[in-house]
Amino acid sequence: MGALLSFFVVIVLVLIALVGVKGAGLYALFGIVIPYAAVTTFILGVILRVIKWSRSPVPFHIPTTCGQEKSLPWIKYNKLESPAGTLGVIGRMALEVLFFRSLFRNLKTELRDGPKLVYGSNKWLWLAGLAFHWSFLIVLIRHLRFFTHPVPAFVNMIDSLDGFLQIGSPHLLMTGVVLLLAVTYLFLRRVFIPQVRYISLPADYLPLFLIIGIATSGILMRYFYKVDIIKVKELTLGLATLNPEVPAGIGVIFYVHLFLISSLFAYFPFSKLMHMGGVFLSPTRNLANNSRMKRHVNPWNYPVKVHTYEEYEEEFRDKMKNAGIPVEKE
Amino acid sequence: MYDAGKILIGLIIFLAFATYPFYSNMGKAVAKPEPKLDTPVIQKMEVKKCVESKEFMRAEHMQLLNQWRDAALRRGERLYKASDGRTIQISFQNQCLKCHSNKKKFCDECHSYAAVKPYCWDCHFAPKEAKR
Ligand code: HEC
Ligand code: HEC
Ligand code: HEC
Repeated sequence: MGALLSFFVVIVLVLIALVGVKGAGLYALFGIVIPYAAVTTFILGVILRVIKWSRSPVPFHIPTTCGQEKSLPWIKYNKLESPAGTLGVIGRMALEVLFFRSLFRNLKTELRDGPKLVYGSNKWLWLAGLAFHWSFLIVLIRHLRFFTHPVPAFVNMIDSLDGFLQIGSPHLLMTGVVLLLAVTYLFLRRVFIPQVRYISLPADYLPLFLIIGIATSGILMRYFYKVDIIKVKELTLGLATLNPEVPAGIGVIFYVHLFLISSLFAYFPFSKLMHMGGVFLSPTRNLANNSRMKRHVNPWNYPVKVHTYEEYEEEFRDKMKNAGIPVEKE
Repeated sequence: MYDAGKILIGLIIFLAFATYPFYSNMGKAVAKPEPKLDTPVIQKMEVKKCVESKEFMRAEHMQLLNQWRDAALRRGERLYKASDGRTIQISFQNQCLKCHSNKKKFCDECHSYAAVKPYCWDCHFAPKEAKR
């Protein structure tokens, strides 16, 4: 159900772009206004969301660890799995963000006859996730050739590494294909694994379909329904230099591609995609495991009024003495 | 805000990445590429026409070249039937580069704008151009 709903949302988005550009000729709207609005929403939305998060205190000290905590000098401790200081946290976070370290430990759990609970290695999600995120990053960097002039050397280098197979003309870029395959796997996994299907909501499918739509339209545009790339760059560079203009004669598939991307950007701050910022703010990952060395005070704690025994005795010493109760200070 | 310092550093890094295209192009006016069609061969033509229509050539010349290469070298077909009915001898050197003998002012003009570097010139001769 959730999948169908999200699928139709993306179909409707494609139709909106088709009708708006091909039917109504709203080139400036789809080529300039919507992209600017989407990028503004993206940047402000992400910032506001992070600021909102940063206002919530972290009441408990809850790093999740899977290594020996630092304690006595003769007990070897695990610097990355149970970091004791900032450096360790940074190293651990880098492994998490760049290589999805914790997903690598993903296990599959099955109940077999017996009854017996068995665990098995399950690296497919990790592999597809990693392939997906890295190719997405490379695709994003490659697109800088449309938004910069002169194009920086690292963009050209990434482009030629990506296309080093030199298949066809225009040369095949591998990451585009990997991206589409990986995101398709991520979608099929939600459909075919019953437990995952059960917990999947429309908000889980929508980003997947949007990205499938973006990758498909991009691949179609590069290899099949060609558009005039020079005019495309005139448009995109116009956006980047704040001199927007819409050259006539760019194929409608470009506007579909652009509109889907704009939708993704605008949707980003309101969606699960915010895990881009969230991963850095996860208390289970970004805290050092130093609860035995440092006292972690709950920031919610209000100052509690205390009345110590010394003060008590000070107040009632005479009465206590009269009643024959022993006191500490005479 | 808790951990305001760290949050701000994170947000600044995010902004630096997200707005890179804007500040790296700040105040630049980039000239649009204008491929020159003033070669001797083209000037002598009565009807100035490419292999296919101009729009088609602009968007699809790389695929056309690929088809030509495959047709000529893999299937041995050295004749191309254009969509307007003309039959054209397939040859990179003796067609494309005969008319467009100004590689620097034509092919490269667009390609450096779009940051593409066709590797064709590793093997194929670029036409000799008169230095201006
Ligand atoms: C109107 C501008 C323009 C002109 C003129 C032009 N090209 Fe291109 N060419 C392009 C663009 C833009 C691309 C990149 C398309 C892409 O990235 O999808 C391209 C790509 C190519 C490619 C594929 C490169 C690759 O590996 O992806 C080849 C081959 C090519 N051009 C050959 C030529 C030759 C040969 C000439 C001169 C006879 C020429 N082009 C003139 C705009 C032009
Ligand atoms: C007979 C001469 C001739 C041959 C052969 C020829 N062209 Fe052209 N080409 C032209 C002319 C003339 C134009 C301008 C067409 C127009 O303005 O309608 C042109 C236009 C183009 C354009 C568009 C340039 C622009 O200003 O937007 C490209 C790209 C192009 N040719 C590439 C090629 C490629 C690649 C080949 C080989 C497959 C080729 N041409 C073969 C004469 C030729
Ligand atoms: C490894 C060297 C090499 C590279 C790189 C190369 N070619 Fe060729 N190409 C050849 C050879 C050799 C022939 C055969 C010439 C013949 O037999 O007529 C050829 C023939 C062709 C032909 C067939 C028609 C003709 O001219 O005889 C076309 C079209 C062609 N090349 C286009 C391209 C394009 C476009 C590129 C760049 C994307 C390219 N080639 C890159 C070596 C190369």
